Amino acid sequence: MTISSDLAVRASGIGKVFPSAGGEVTALTGVELEVAAGEFVSLIGPSGCGKSTLLRLIADLDSATSGDLTLYGKTARRARLDQDYGIAFQQAALLPWLTVAANIALPLDLHRWPKARRDARGAELAELVGLTDFTGRYPDQLSGGMQQRVAIARSLAAQPKLLLMDEPFGALDEMTRERLQSELARIAAETGAAVVFVTHSIPEAVFLSDRVVVMSPRPGRITDVIDTRPGRPRDEALRESPEFFARVTAVREALHGAPVLRANER
Amino acid sequence: MNATSLPGWARIAAPVAVGVAGLLAWYAFVASGSAPRMLPDPFAVATELVERFPLVWEAAGITGANALVGLLAGTVIAVLLAALAATWRPVDGMTAPLVAALAVVPIVALTPILNTMFGASSQFGRQAVAGIAAFVPVFVNTLRGLRQTRPVQRDLFRATAATGGQTFLRLTLPTALPYLLSGVRVAASLAVISALVAEYFGGPADGIGTAIATYAKSGRAALAWAFVGGGIAIGLLFFLLTALLERIVARRLGALRP
Repeated sequence: MTISSDLAVRASGIGKVFPSAGGEVTALTGVELEVAAGEFVSLIGPSGCGKSTLLRLIADLDSATSGDLTLYGKTARRARLDQDYGIAFQQAALLPWLTVAANIALPLDLHRWPKARRDARGAELAELVGLTDFTGRYPDQLSGGMQQRVAIARSLAAQPKLLLMDEPFGALDEMTRERLQSELARIAAETGAAVVFVTHSIPEAVFLSDRVVVMSPRPGRITDVIDTRPGRPRDEALRESPEFFARVTAVREALHGAPVLRANER
Repeated sequence: MNATSLPGWARIAAPVAVGVAGLLAWYAFVASGSAPRMLPDPFAVATELVERFPLVWEAAGITGANALVGLLAGTVIAVLLAALAATWRPVDGMTAPLVAALAVVPIVALTPILNTMFGASSQFGRQAVAGIAAFVPVFVNTLRGLRQTRPVQRDLFRATAATGGQTFLRLTLPTALPYLLSGVRVAASLAVISALVAEYFGGPADGIGTAIATYAKSGRAALAWAFVGGGIAIGLLFFLLTALLERIVARRLGALRP
């Protein structure tokens, strides 16, 4: 057991209740989760299982009703104010009046980095996500995949030790999606940041993650954690390996309540 | 989008042709002798406009300046109040009925009171009327614009630990700017009309409205019409400038690139 300040995320007994018109809705209950520094963890589950809610709690965009949540030993609020994490959403959420370069450097600008440092870091990030030739463009001149790359570069701007991603590839076509997955695997390895990644794609979770956390709705909770650390580099060959399929099957079974029966029994 | 888009030359030629036809019809109507006495032919009006141009120019300057002062003051107050209303719900609750009341008050009805209140030698009453008229559209549009940021954008700024001030200046205000400028464009025409109409109800003996009233009463129809032309020119100028500003900003903010 590592001490808590070495853990990127440490959640214990996390519960979240939303008040609603027809009484209270329990979005999350009894969540226990530890993410080690540098570890890539995916949260997967059907709609309403609370995976996005959990990510929002970690990001301090919402606060937990119960339980204990720390990021590198700090409260979520402190970690947010200290910019210990970077975040990317399903929508790229770029500012249409800023160029690609300015969008990437937005967090640095908000933290009042001097312009020279900001520009240097922005150029570095543009190169990291393969957008060097597009830094002068505006978001609406980019494809959806390129916009999402800008969002990822932006999330990395302040060199966070933790990356929070809420279905960042959810709105992209399959081809673009796989290409960006490979890039994200490379970027995560290069930067050494821990990643908490919300998705509802099983292959995506298995390809990217060291561990896949399986969640279930009503009430939202963690039902299983599956080790998916590949014993090989995350490249295209991995996607077609028997080992990959075996893990996809394992996650599927965990999601559907193993073993997978006939489709009509779901 | 346009089912029958005209060729480039026709887009200019068509309205010009309609204008010329209109002038000819006007001229023919007056020449036929059946026109009322207060409707001189267009050439008489044009002649007066050229001969008395310094007078018209001076009057247009006064009315235009009143409208401009009113437009600027009304806009500044509207934007500040809209920012407060968008930030604090209670302010919104307090201002909403006030703005609704202001929107339905016939501003012309206030004019004689304001003119008397600020005296016969002051332009302030007229500027105040123009300001009140400009306030409403700017306030309503700006408030709507300040609420157009998307939740994911607000999440991003919060997650990036942006301060409230940074979020307002870097996200909320740029998002609202096209709405604000639409409001200003509408307000510009209203300010000119209000400043001009306010002159009919007293105040100093200058400005386009005063001149129109004076010459109409004394039967100098062509000169009265020449001043109407001056009023149209101010209105057009205000409209074109604010529409241009709106376009420039929209382009700059990427709103015209859908």
